[in-house]
Amino acid sequence: MAVEAPVAPDTTRVEEPRSAHRVAAGMLDPRQLWKAMPEALRKLDPRTLWRNPVMFVTEVGALLTTVFTIPHPSLFGWLITAWLWLTVVFANLAEAVAESRGRAQADTLRLTRQQTVARRVAGWAEGVPSSAIRAEEIPAALLRRGDVVVVDAGELIPGDGDVVDGVASVDESAITGESAPVIRESGGDRCAVTGGTRVLSDRIVVRIAQDPGESFIDRMIGLVEGAKRQKTPNELALNLLLVALTVIFLMATVTLQPMAIFSKGVMAAAPDTLAITGAGISAVVLVSLLVCLIPTTIGALLSAIGIAGMDRMVQRNVLAMSGRAVEAAGDVHTLLLDKTGTITYGNRQADSFIPVGGTREAELAHAALLSSLADRTPEGRSILDLARRRVGAHAGAEEDGQWVPFSAVTRMSGVDLPSRSLRKGAAASVSAWVHDHGGSVPPELGETVQRASASGGTPLVVAEQTRVLGVIHLKDVVKPGLRERFAEMRRMGIRTVMITGDNPTTARAIAEEAGVDDFLAEATPEDKLALIKKEQEGGRLVAMTGDGTNDAPALAQADVGVAMNTGTSAAKEAGNMVDLDSDPTKIVEIVEIGKQLLITRGALTTFSIANDIAKYFAILPAMFGPIYPGLSRLNVMGLHSPLSAVLSAVVFNAVVIVALIPLALRGVRYRPSSAGTLLARNLWVYGLGGVVVPFAAIKLIDLVVQFIPGI
Amino acid sequence: MYGWLQALFVLALLVVLHVPVGDYMARTLDGGRHLAVERRLYRICGIDPDREQDWRHYLVALMAFTVLSVVALFALFTFQGSLPWSLGHPGMPWQLALHTAVSFTTNTSWQNYAGEATTGHLAVMAGLGVQGFASAAVGMCVGLALIRGLVRRSGTEIGNFWVDLVRSVFRVLLPLAVLFGIVLICMGVQQNLDGAQVVNTVAGGTQTLIGGPVGSWEPVKLMTGDGGGFFNASSAHPFENPSSLSNSLEILIMLIVPTAFIRTFGRMTGNLRLGWTLLIVVGILFGLLLIAGNAAQAAHTGTVAQAVGAQTEGTETRFGIPASTLFGVSATASADGALNASYDSFSSLGGGVLLAAMMLGEIAPGGTGSGLYGLIMVVLVAVFLGGLMVGRTPEFMGKRIGFSEMRYVVLYSLVSPSLILVFTGLAVGLPAGVSSMGNVGAHGLTEVLYAYTSNVNSNGSAMAGLNGNTMFYNLTMTAAMFIGRYLPMAFVLALAGRLVRRQPQAVTAGTLRTQGVSFVVLATGTALIVALLNFLPALSLGPLADGLLG
Repeated sequence: MAVEAPVAPDTTRVEEPRSAHRVAAGMLDPRQLWKAMPEALRKLDPRTLWRNPVMFVTEVGALLTTVFTIPHPSLFGWLITAWLWLTVVFANLAEAVAESRGRAQADTLRLTRQQTVARRVAGWAEGVPSSAIRAEEIPAALLRRGDVVVVDAGELIPGDGDVVDGVASVDESAITGESAPVIRESGGDRCAVTGGTRVLSDRIVVRIAQDPGESFIDRMIGLVEGAKRQKTPNELALNLLLVALTVIFLMATVTLQPMAIFSKGVMAAAPDTLAITGAGISAVVLVSLLVCLIPTTIGALLSAIGIAGMDRMVQRNVLAMSGRAVEAAGDVHTLLLDKTGTITYGNRQADSFIPVGGTREAELAHAALLSSLADRTPEGRSILDLARRRVGAHAGAEEDGQWVPFSAVTRMSGVDLPSRSLRKGAAASVSAWVHDHGGSVPPELGETVQRASASGGTPLVVAEQTRVLGVIHLKDVVKPGLRERFAEMRRMGIRTVMITGDNPTTARAIAEEAGVDDFLAEATPEDKLALIKKEQEGGRLVAMTGDGTNDAPALAQADVGVAMNTGTSAAKEAGNMVDLDSDPTKIVEIVEIGKQLLITRGALTTFSIANDIAKYFAILPAMFGPIYPGLSRLNVMGLHSPLSAVLSAVVFNAVVIVALIPLALRGVRYRPSSAGTLLARNLWVYGLGGVVVPFAAIKLIDLVVQFIPGI
Repeated sequence: MYGWLQALFVLALLVVLHVPVGDYMARTLDGGRHLAVERRLYRICGIDPDREQDWRHYLVALMAFTVLSVVALFALFTFQGSLPWSLGHPGMPWQLALHTAVSFTTNTSWQNYAGEATTGHLAVMAGLGVQGFASAAVGMCVGLALIRGLVRRSGTEIGNFWVDLVRSVFRVLLPLAVLFGIVLICMGVQQNLDGAQVVNTVAGGTQTLIGGPVGSWEPVKLMTGDGGGFFNASSAHPFENPSSLSNSLEILIMLIVPTAFIRTFGRMTGNLRLGWTLLIVVGILFGLLLIAGNAAQAAHTGTVAQAVGAQTEGTETRFGIPASTLFGVSATASADGALNASYDSFSSLGGGVLLAAMMLGEIAPGGTGSGLYGLIMVVLVAVFLGGLMVGRTPEFMGKRIGFSEMRYVVLYSLVSPSLILVFTGLAVGLPAGVSSMGNVGAHGLTEVLYAYTSNVNSNGSAMAGLNGNTMFYNLTMTAAMFIGRYLPMAFVLALAGRLVRRQPQAVTAGTLRTQGVSFVVLATGTALIVALLNFLPALSLGPLADGLLG
């Protein structure tokens, strides 16, 4: 059976290494703008533009000025018309650029899925040896949920699913960027495989878990492509506010016309201008006023901000199932963190040697080293490391002895040397062993062991035949930097809760060391679920990570459930995000992205609304100054002429969109801090900035446009 | 200087008094036992006072009461001629009767007629007097319902309209009115049941002096946000406002209930700090208006000043410019139509300030109850922007402000500017509107703009110079008042109905705090920008064009 070698994804993959640097990659290449131009022009189609009411109104306005300018051509009219169209194009450009960046990410993922050939097994049943399987070849795109496929070494896995038979090492670098292969095997929590990853060794049988078009990657692609994107709840609410503002300003401009005609009629001696005649304000100027007042800045960038937020998730190798989940991440009150793997490294390590009964520490260390020389467990190696640091790197090399491995019966391990025997293990077993050899146990041992346990560690007693030498203090090692991270969380108002199967004493000690706010000890999956429900009843949103099938109920219950990519399909189905890196601390970044997304929207909305003040000061005196000369005093910017004032405002209104595209894509700068600090900062920068900046910018533009003849 | 001292004195007294009054209102309006008298009243009307209503039933009860009130008033005015105590005045024509009925039911009390020449004692006391209390109480009901929506954690009920109405009238407005009435009468405000009396003056001529139950009417006019004076001159008339002291008291009476309602809000929500924060926002807005008003009045430019060449023209000469301004700002900012000076004769920019006070949406401190809910609507917009800016789904007092909540907030915010601008546009665009204008140009436009702003916002104060008693104005103003009052109320109640079902969120360091400098700046800024921005074009052709000379 010849299987065509699938196209290798490597050549097209993003080459840059995954690093913190890549996360920050938000710089906008001007070439991207240029490349997105055709798409931006395509988006002028009113059938797609109506989804964005603010820009739709702008487009209708641009159309109106075009229609009015054709029979009454003037340079001013054409300039305004051109800039109004540009405003719409710039808005489309923002969305198109965001989409193209998102799509580039998604395409990298999608490419791996194309042209894959699947070998579907007909009538697979458990127990059939994988060598006896008969398979037919079909395109991967036709696979449905429940289909069973067989994948051999060197082949791409055709779709997301679970390994139902066999074990294999899998290269998941296409998805995660992590080059080290991972083991996938049937049963247990490491059975899930992702479409597009490559089997490196052995043969596995996979049951496909998704119908076509429903895989994580398919959903992610949907989220970064504007046309298919569902608006998120906060986006809908904000959109409502923008529509309301548009309606109000539409009302204000439309009703201004009869008032202007009335005023012009009263002040009949006032000269007719291009802006206003006895027939009222010219359509071009009235539309200009409307477009300047409605919140075009945020209206233009809103969709780009949302797409860029999703994109930032993908950049961090997180696939979100919905935009709603990303937003919810920003709202999280409580973070549930598994101890093992998230807070600690997941295995206990030797922390110190505590000698008893007059033994010197070096002697204890040496004995511990000898007893662990052949110990291949992580604990054993950590004892070696620590001991070598105490007694020298080469100590123990000359000894020659018989290794006694750990057994569940003796609950000890050690070494029998020609001269002596050494044992290490649980206090009770080792004490009994010493008693058997006629030795005695020093009275302070009990206390030492107790103290080590109380501090959350595991005491290992080391003894020679008749003599207890001391205690090796093993403890969970908290990952560095977490304390600061959790302190940051606290400032953001997020409570961290550590979940562990340890007893409460151990749990408390580690919780204190890591600086989490609370812990749940001896936790079962049911306890976890109950904790989540309790938090939610108290009005809190809960985020958690999980990988096992028994995490699935809790993942489903949590407001933000991040499943590890290494986890089971059940866990991935239940959660609303998948972390391709399977990094449990990622959830902290996810929360930050969620917040940054909302902050960017809020800040640019405030900026957009605050801009209106300056635009009024530009346009109102330009329109009505000729009728009521007193109103010219509102021209505080000293703009050149009424026409240049209107033109400058319109140009500013369009240009500011392009100027803010990088910010929309990158997101507003976010440092974890309290709500009060954030509000003060953003109010200052985007509120006050939004009032002041346009005054300066409109004046600058006016200094240029005044040289256009006739303006 | 004296004027400023007076303003300081009145406002300080207001801040002191708003605490006990607000606390009393919170205690007596919400929960607790029914009085025996109230029980009897409920039994007569067939109301179960212990059964609460969801927002729909609350609204239906409110509208039923409203329609009934309009019909009753309409009948009273139309058939006045055949009723006792009419002082010989005939019935009103139907469109004027309709306008007046709606005007007093909506707590606007815009009068397209001169009081002393049109309405008799029965119409004033049984009609306008009763509605003065009832219409103010309706505003308080909606305010209470919204507070309950914010406070309650489950269920769908937001209170019982009839209980709220009865308690607002009989436990708050009526006792306060009696109290203030007695004080005012002691200060020399007239109180009798006489009609017109012809007296001989010192110079030997004769003068017709009209007497009446002025002292008992005065607190109703001021406190309830009614504003319709017994006399057309309202508080500029010495029988209504005899002295500088009574002037101070009258200002206090106008402001006390809406201001105390902010305290009531703080009490009922168990968040007194938020109450103080809102009071500060209101104080800043009021202070800005007062300073702007005084600055404009002192500079005194514009049509009127040029015409008469005097600074004090139109202001109450007995009290001076600052006291007139204080009264004017207090009245326009508290949805009260009273006046102690002719607003039409304010300087153009000063008149613009009074317009702005109303255009803010009557939130500083606004009408009784309606001031509070208007303020909360603005705060919700501020909280929405602020919430996003701190990276959270916006929430207010733990209740999330999502799509369905924002829907009612924006609909609420759309009503008043739309009505004002559309009707003003119509009036200056149609011959029927223009023909009523006594002044041309920017000042004429200001008067029309003022009229609709006052009507939509249930204020009731007027700039003279516009003849409102025409078919066009009677009907458009009736529509403006009715829609401008009840549509927003419906949206507030719907919002309360939404909010009451929302489970509150836990408050953490990541939650937007509704206190502190940033929040006050945000809320004040939102009120100014969101409320005033849409009116700037219209204002520029009205008071700005009138007041800014080239």
